[in-house]
Amino acid sequence: MSDSISEKPSQAEEVSGDLDQFCIAGHTFQSRLILGSGKYDSFEVMRESFEVAETQCVTIAVRREKLHDSSGRNILDFVDPSRLVLLPNTAGCYDAETAVRCAKMGREILRGLENPGADWVKLEVLGDSRSLLPDPIELLKATEVLVKEGFQVLCYSSDDPIVARRLKDAGATSVMPAGSPIGSGLGVINRNSLQIILEDLKHGDPDYPVIIDAGVGTASDVAVAMELGFDAVLLNTAVARATDPIRMAEAMSYGVKAGRLAYQSGRIPMSRYASASSPEVGVISKRQQ
Amino acid sequence: MIDVTINGKKQSCSEGLTIAELLDSLGMNSRAIAVEINQQIQPRDTHRQVEVSDGDILEIVTLVGGG
Repeated sequence: MSDSISEKPSQAEEVSGDLDQFCIAGHTFQSRLILGSGKYDSFEVMRESFEVAETQCVTIAVRREKLHDSSGRNILDFVDPSRLVLLPNTAGCYDAETAVRCAKMGREILRGLENPGADWVKLEVLGDSRSLLPDPIELLKATEVLVKEGFQVLCYSSDDPIVARRLKDAGATSVMPAGSPIGSGLGVINRNSLQIILEDLKHGDPDYPVIIDAGVGTASDVAVAMELGFDAVLLNTAVARATDPIRMAEAMSYGVKAGRLAYQSGRIPMSRYASASSPEVGVISKRQQ
Repeated sequence: MIDVTINGKKQSCSEGLTIAELLDSLGMNSRAIAVEINQQIQPRDTHRQVEVSDGDILEIVTLVGGG
């Protein structure tokens, strides 16, 4: 029986200079933390959380304008489109057709704001309102249509490696598997499938962005995702619904950085038994080694 | 007067109204919205030309917080 257990050590990665950046659709990011803008108690707390987290990309949703009382504040007054990439989502869509319409409406709103995210969409096509897990067939259909329409499609996906591959083959700009169900706080559940996805999508294409989207609950979950080799983490609830969202936003930014550094550093293999850190010779003990 | 459905609600409005005029009458900030008529997106630069017709189904959307 082998002493080592099956977790594969990560590969140490060449780091060029101090800059560790990644690229989506030709746009370079230094921050690997993408934050959602939903569920905050106030726009002020949201804005402060974004600043503390040093995020450079935030997701937003498209919803019907209120016919009455539309004098309320708009989220665009609290996010600076010249500093942040705004990534509109299709949250709440349950079929490809509706998701495509929603994506086009998001693009229409963002056009004219000179935002790099105007042609981007975080594509969500859900299959079930309880789990909020994606419907892979409708998701693939919507991806094909939106790619043809010139969108940069970032697909919220399940952790199924075959679906992930099909989405990339269909032209998705990024595949974003869920760590666990949206808002569940369960963290990264299926490491093995996620590692298969990473290996598969990055095979011969190491810069292809693969992002963990959804499910993380706390900073260690984010670190785990980054240690696996994901390019970035997208999260919302874990910050917005934390008791102190601003402080949690800071914790998440450390989690991303710690996980990324650990991934690049090449972790030691796991072993079932110990390996002494101090020399085993010259011990002042009568005990036989 | 014509009948249109705006965001799922039936409304009456004047005949020959353009999208831009309709938005003005609804008091909507035209900066952060998108308009769809009968499931077809209406680009902003067409709002001053395209007229709303009887029976049209309009969706007027904006951006909100979301993940």
